Amino acid sequence: MKTFDKNKLILAVAAPVLAIVTALVITSAIIGATGKDPFHAFQVMLDFGSKSDSQVWIINKATPYYLSALAVAIGFRMNLFNIGVDGQYRIAAFFAAVVGGALTLPGIIQIPLIILVAMAVGAIWAGIAGLLKTTRNVNEVISTIMLNAIGASVIGYLLQDGRLAEKEGNLIHTPYLPDSAHFFEIPTQPKPVYGFVVIAALAGVAYWYVLSRTRFGFDLRTVGRSESAAQASGVNVKRMVVTSMVLSGAMAGLVGMPTLLGVSYNYGTDFPTGIGFTGIAIALLGRNNPVGMALAALLWGFLERTGTQLEFEGYAQEIVGVMQGVIVLCVVIAYEVVRRYGLKAQQRKVGEELAAQARKSDKAEVSA
Amino acid sequence: MELAGITKRFPGVVANHDIHLTVRRGTVHALCGENGAGKSTLMKILYGMQKPDEGTITLDGEQVSLNSPADAISRGIGMVHQHFMLADNLTVLENVVLGAEKLHGIGNKARAKIKEISDAYGLGVRPDVLVEDLGVADRQRVEILKVLYRGARTLILDEPTAVLVPQEVDALFDNLRELKSEGLTVIFISHKLGEVLSVADDITVIRRGTTVGTAIPSETTPKQLAELMVGEELPSPETRESTVTDVPMLTVDGLHLSATDSDGVVRAVLDGISFTIHKGEVLGLAGVEGNGQAELVEAIMGMRRPDGGTVTLDGEDITQTPTRKRRESGIGYVPEDRHRHGLLLEAPLWENRILGHVTEKPNSKRGLLDLKAARNDTERIVREYDVRTPGIEVTAASLSGGNQQKLIVGREMSHEPKLLIAAHPTRGVDVGAQAQIWDQIREARREGLAVLLISADLDELIGLSDTLRVMFRGRLVADADPATITPEELGSAMTGAASGHLEHQEETPAEESAEAPGEENTTDNETPEGGDSK
Repeated sequence: MKTFDKNKLILAVAAPVLAIVTALVITSAIIGATGKDPFHAFQVMLDFGSKSDSQVWIINKATPYYLSALAVAIGFRMNLFNIGVDGQYRIAAFFAAVVGGALTLPGIIQIPLIILVAMAVGAIWAGIAGLLKTTRNVNEVISTIMLNAIGASVIGYLLQDGRLAEKEGNLIHTPYLPDSAHFFEIPTQPKPVYGFVVIAALAGVAYWYVLSRTRFGFDLRTVGRSESAAQASGVNVKRMVVTSMVLSGAMAGLVGMPTLLGVSYNYGTDFPTGIGFTGIAIALLGRNNPVGMALAALLWGFLERTGTQLEFEGYAQEIVGVMQGVIVLCVVIAYEVVRRYGLKAQQRKVGEELAAQARKSDKAEVSA
Repeated sequence: MELAGITKRFPGVVANHDIHLTVRRGTVHALCGENGAGKSTLMKILYGMQKPDEGTITLDGEQVSLNSPADAISRGIGMVHQHFMLADNLTVLENVVLGAEKLHGIGNKARAKIKEISDAYGLGVRPDVLVEDLGVADRQRVEILKVLYRGARTLILDEPTAVLVPQEVDALFDNLRELKSEGLTVIFISHKLGEVLSVADDITVIRRGTTVGTAIPSETTPKQLAELMVGEELPSPETRESTVTDVPMLTVDGLHLSATDSDGVVRAVLDGISFTIHKGEVLGLAGVEGNGQAELVEAIMGMRRPDGGTVTLDGEDITQTPTRKRRESGIGYVPEDRHRHGLLLEAPLWENRILGHVTEKPNSKRGLLDLKAARNDTERIVREYDVRTPGIEVTAASLSGGNQQKLIVGREMSHEPKLLIAAHPTRGVDVGAQAQIWDQIREARREGLAVLLISADLDELIGLSDTLRVMFRGRLVADADPATITPEELGSAMTGAASGHLEHQEETPAEESAEAPGEENTTDNETPEGGDSK
């Protein structure tokens, strides 16, 4: 028993270490190929990334990334590829901003209301894909991509002066949220950290608890591991597809909240986009593990932060994108390699232990 | 062909250990041993799919190393797998030339060659029919032809009779004799003694992964062979005293299910199925695979919605009840395909113990999993059902098939089922585990469990059942009394040749007199009950 756990731990650490080392080697080679010194680049990144303003920036950037990764991971655990987190969080944030801008209530009601609206809209948007999959057998990858485009068009239509938005200089945005709807901040130097990081951490805990400690989570994971076994065990697979899409969409609804409630206080044409796709990369990198994804989100933030600094040092600006891509690829491959190796190693070990037991009992029989 | 000192360590199952095998050219050589004795592993080594850890293979006096099936084929060794590897939507011709296009092209030259081979060995293969229109026996002949087409002089047949009814087995044996007379070598893997004795020239017996002896059929009785195989007295599936009550537990009435096949044709896979299983009764369902048994099981489990008819469990109509409710109300399920329906292969054993019973004690309380209780109960199942494993944290995939099955049986029995659906409960299970599983079914039956037993092993079916039904093309066509019926009488109903109530004929009718194999199978049945594990 003990030795199995030890092996498990070694294997669990082996994959990320293998991936990061490989990624570093490949990235070094690429930087080297552009005629620059890779080690200097890493030094610059480390120095700049560890400055305190960088740390705040990284945490603030990582918060929505983490929420996005959680949303994607809910789908992954069930073998669904929710590629539409991007559209879901945007349309959710848009309607939450509209509702929040139209009401002036005490913060204790206003903020939860905005968050609930966002979660509900995200859930509905993702739920459409779930329903299409179960009733019409539409692949969720196709439908969520389409829904991304539809969502963008809907926002584009409504986000116009005279419809649901107002004009301020060159920007068009929804009315500002009242002051009561501003989320608290954690006062750090030189800039504050979004208070929403607390919500993100709670979401991570909830994700872990629901999946690994509840019946519902067990059913969900069962479907992800084997749909046929899940069906035979009594899980209503179709309902589970819709439920998990809805949950994934609700989680996606939170992605835009740190920005909406902590920075912009409105949804405008400059609202950040693409976080949903970043979430896919981070979920892959963190292997759907709540802690792993948190680390991955921070790593992503670190790379983006320090990437800008690399540009000043004369490195190609694309180098960070290349690094991110290489890391994700290495992680996916390394995990698969380690997983297969682990399974084989375990089978072999079990075989050997049983053979040893059998030999022992054979001997006992002979002597008896 | 000679194999010497072959040793192979293989995850979870009996390792091949110091195997010696000599096969003479132009003979049918039977390799027999119980399920899980290591026959298939040995054949995979011979066919280049696995490399032995130790030992040598010698072909015609030349020591060879076979690294892949391609190597084996180029040396004239061909294999017919237990599970056919044919593309249903292609014709026989297309299936045969697939991957061997270089030999004779894909046109008339190939067709002529197929004809030639088919005629030479009396295989009766028609090159232009679609494979999906062929029966099991015909498909097998296509597989054999495929191997011959590639120039094989040595054929390995892995459990070729497992999917055939007794009459088809005879036809296959005629084909094998034909092959032999043309100078080909056949290696025939089986654990059915009667068959082995009737067709083989030489027999090698494997037990626990090693060769324990050779035999010449003319000088050996089935009993001697059986003892060589098992190393002890044979366990028997036979059930003695009847425990059948008159309280109906499961009543299926007029069940009808249509399915659309790949061509879009709607056909009835279950057609007016009606039967009742009482408390303490084992109802055995015989039938060639693919005649609706799997669909019937899935309909009773609630995994498929029938278009007509009712299912009543213990007085309660469950026709519309979802699967989980059915399981909670007392249906235990040992699925036919344990990898697809019974296990999460990459999950640890204790999670597999929860599977299917997540809402029940001890696995959860009020919506939350009770990991500690589930783990403890897994330990108990491992202990009581003798699941051979180093611990409960290992994945289900690392256990051998027999131990996986013991875990499933243990899990299903732990929830005091009223009805147990057991589809091929001992398929691919070694002999010790087989006896144990039979014991558990008998035990539970004594306590009033109703069992629906589906099995391709007719001895098991006849031995365990209180009532027998035969399923053919989605209908129950015949019933029989397991006390008197013989496997080949059952077999004729399985092919649709007989229907109604099957009466055992003391004087065997003329057309069935040639069937030696079944007769000897019944002899196995009469061996005293033993091997009941500790």
